[in-house]
Amino acid sequence: MVPFDVLVLVCLAYVAFLFAVAFLVERRARARPLGWLRSPVIYTLSLSIYCTAWTFYGAVGYAVRSGLEFLTIYLGPTLVFVGWWLLLRKLVRVGKAQRVTSIADLISSRFGKSSGLGALVTLLCVVAATPYIALQLQSMSLSFAVFAADSSEGWALPDRNATGLWVAGGLALFTILFGTRNLDANEQHHGVVTAIAVEAVVKLVALLTVGVFVVWVVADGPADVFARIRASEIAAWEIQPGRWAGLTFAAAAAIFCLPRMFQVLVVENADERHLVTASWAFPLYLFLMSLFVVPIAVVGLELLPAGLNPDLYVLTLPLSLGREDLAMLAFLGGFSSATSMVIIEAIALATMVSNHIVMPLWLRAARVTGDVRGLVLNARRLSILAVLGLGYAYYRIAGGGAALAAMGLIAFVGVAQVLPALIGGLYWRGATRLGALAGVSAGFAVWLYTLFLPSFGVGVVLPEAVFAEGPLGVGWLRPRSLFGAEGMDPLLHALFWSLALNAGVFCLVSALSFPPPVERVQAAQFVDVFDLSRRTRGWARGGAEAEELLVMAQRILGPGSAQEFFRAEADRQGKEGFLPDTTPEFIDRLERRLAGSVGAATAHAMIGQIIGGAAVSVEDLMAVANETAQIMEYSSQLQEKSEELSRTARALAEANEKLTQISIQKDAFLSQISHELRTPMTSIRAFSEILMEPDGLPDELRTRYARIIHDEAIRLTRLLDDLLDLSVLEHGAVQLQESAATLRELIDRAILASNSIAPEREFAIERDPPAEAVTVMTDTGRLTQVLINLVSNARKYCDAAHPRLRIAVRAQGEAVEVDVVDNGSGIPRESQALIFEKFARLTDTTRAGGAGLGLAICREIMGKLGGTIIYVPGQGGAAFRLRFPRQLPRQVAGVA
Amino acid sequence: MGRRVLVIEDEPNIVAAISFILSRDGWSVESHADGQDALEVIRRVAPDVLILDVMLPGRSGYDILHDLRADPATAALPVLLLTAKGQPRDREQAERCGASRFMAKPFANTEVLASVRALAGG
Repeated sequence: MVPFDVLVLVCLAYVAFLFAVAFLVERRARARPLGWLRSPVIYTLSLSIYCTAWTFYGAVGYAVRSGLEFLTIYLGPTLVFVGWWLLLRKLVRVGKAQRVTSIADLISSRFGKSSGLGALVTLLCVVAATPYIALQLQSMSLSFAVFAADSSEGWALPDRNATGLWVAGGLALFTILFGTRNLDANEQHHGVVTAIAVEAVVKLVALLTVGVFVVWVVADGPADVFARIRASEIAAWEIQPGRWAGLTFAAAAAIFCLPRMFQVLVVENADERHLVTASWAFPLYLFLMSLFVVPIAVVGLELLPAGLNPDLYVLTLPLSLGREDLAMLAFLGGFSSATSMVIIEAIALATMVSNHIVMPLWLRAARVTGDVRGLVLNARRLSILAVLGLGYAYYRIAGGGAALAAMGLIAFVGVAQVLPALIGGLYWRGATRLGALAGVSAGFAVWLYTLFLPSFGVGVVLPEAVFAEGPLGVGWLRPRSLFGAEGMDPLLHALFWSLALNAGVFCLVSALSFPPPVERVQAAQFVDVFDLSRRTRGWARGGAEAEELLVMAQRILGPGSAQEFFRAEADRQGKEGFLPDTTPEFIDRLERRLAGSVGAATAHAMIGQIIGGAAVSVEDLMAVANETAQIMEYSSQLQEKSEELSRTARALAEANEKLTQISIQKDAFLSQISHELRTPMTSIRAFSEILMEPDGLPDELRTRYARIIHDEAIRLTRLLDDLLDLSVLEHGAVQLQESAATLRELIDRAILASNSIAPEREFAIERDPPAEAVTVMTDTGRLTQVLINLVSNARKYCDAAHPRLRIAVRAQGEAVEVDVVDNGSGIPRESQALIFEKFARLTDTTRAGGAGLGLAICREIMGKLGGTIIYVPGQGGAAFRLRFPRQLPRQVAGVA
Repeated sequence: MGRRVLVIEDEPNIVAAISFILSRDGWSVESHADGQDALEVIRRVAPDVLILDVMLPGRSGYDILHDLRADPATAALPVLLLTAKGQPRDREQAERCGASRFMAKPFANTEVLASVRALAGG
């Protein structure tokens, strides 16, 4: 005999054990990567929350009542995992890419981040999950009652309702403790998932043990069991093809539409590759869970007195044979099945309720002020209590007598209403928000009317007259024979009409409505999720202030992780501090990050509030414009407009790119100047400190060091002169002095001025005096400056043993070309593009003696003179070509 | 306590200044002006303290330092990093790359001397 208090103690100890598992894993998860705790095995085991108390206890009852029909519940998921694995992979990929937190979030996000749709799906899921949660409470109360009835001591089992209440309360507590510890739903609940994986093992072991006991201890092995099956009434059940197909379909939809399945399948998924293992391991788990259902049912029918609830054979069979240990194991198995389901379902529903109902309402009511985190967490906690409260209420009102399986199927058909919008959203770009809203609403309504409300019993919610004659006497609206469909199985009837109307309305409205740009962008994101080249572009760079965004993000993510995120973003942009530029990429990532906490639609709304309410950005339209093929189907006017906008957007993007480039160049320039100034200053400071020391240096050294200081001071002056010159040239404040001279005079002057550089070197210069006789009317001083620069450079850098410089002049109509070519090794190909940039000095400083600004100055001057300077490769040395008009152009002079 | 210092710096005047300051204190100073083959020179000279400039022709001082730290033979070599860009970001990067000390140009002679003494002592 198992005393009641021992039973309660065992339950409490088991829950404490789960608690410890969850706690230790959470703690480990914070300390280091989870390793095997995040393996495909844990993932597969966590998927087994599909097998609830319904499967554990109810399958045997189902077999007794309807023969092999219970297999459909396993068949549906198996078909999906084996046959339509790609759908699951797409779901997981989309879920990760969009940081989806629940199935309502996925649908809302797909259809233009619609908050209305999110709320509708949430409502549907909560209503559909209610009977399912009631079922778990019922199975646990029943299993308690079995032990009570069996006990000869006759321990008084508290009121069955009280048991249900205690169980619901306990589960709510556990869920709140572990489901709402952290806010970011994408941070995942490692602890809880591991705990339910443990529970998955317990329930499998329990069911297999009872099965083995039945087959090999009670019966005489498989052959005997098969003989008994043939003799039993279960063998006599005939398969009804309609029900089989319908139930298999509903179970197949349930495996990814049920909120808790979506939670473990998509949200808690750590690695997409885990699906590969799950695709065979999960069907295997289901197979093992179903293996002994029929033997237990058959032997139970034979041995147990008629009238005993077949839903509890797993428990009563070992008890009636005096095997309390087995019964206790079975009890724990059932307990595991029920608790794991309720915990995950409550977490999933609470996330949905707080993100899609509480937060949007609250956001509408008040501006974002104060700490949102507390509010979100409390909303989740209250939602968990509400979800379990609803389940308990349903259990009180309707759950008392109904068979476990029937209650589960009501939930299956309910969540299947998400299916058309989900599949349509993933595979059909034309699916629209209005279509999804209309379809889900229609299916939801039909399901409520034909299945959910009638489940309370005739006359409880819907009056008897409605069942017999239809509402207001309209016969074709009777809840069990809609549109005159008489004699159909009620479940099949509801499944057929709800989904047919749902899908029909969804397709029709989608086809008739035209989605706004945001929705079209999302459609492309979902349908083409495997086409990774495309990226979401949620917001254009608006007037968003990074600071305001940071303040908001801190409220949602907490100061620590918000600052870390902003700092990482700033770092990525190469900036210091916590305030990155509000580039579209950054805003996009921020939106996704926030979506992990408060849902996509809410995050979008919050960022929209700060950015200034521009719901459609230019970049959104640009993304839309990419879908040209589809736009062709619509008006050509829109196409033109989109193209025009996309041109504008491109132009803006280019301008933006250029500005960024300039800003980067400016930073690099300042940093270069700092380097160029500090280098000579270093020598000056070091040697002046040496000279300042009292103990006398030898005169020779003293002179040498003073000369270094002198030379470096001159170098500094030259650098400053060059900088000023360049600055004046670049900013257009230069006054050109027009005068006439022949090129010969100018070249003479340039050669003379360059003679002081490396005077010890023999330097041959080839010229062509007749050609140089050409007269130019320009700023001859500036032109000479350019020539001096080129000749000096040749003197400094030409590395030939016998350096030679060739200066060639050609008159070409109104223009003149001057080539300055030396016989050194020239400029390496990879550097040729750089030489006209500031500080693009190629060799070391001292040999050059310049600051690396000479050619940049030359380029500026030639521009002012209406000409060009280019490097001419392949001339057997460094070769520069000047080309400029003989007469300084008016407009150039005017501008200057 | 070792007395050999290697200066990798492309400004001959700065090399001359550092050499003077350290030689007078009894150090033997060698120098090298190019980043490209700096690693080989460091391995060959095997100095007790390395003074390394960041902006070198051929290869950046950060890259050289990074490779030094990756090689067990030179991972513990005291390195005094010199840079002419005295921004906080440069200091952070110097620390990240594993510089033992960091000094912005222009520096005080006493500062160089104290740093080298400290690095050799530690």
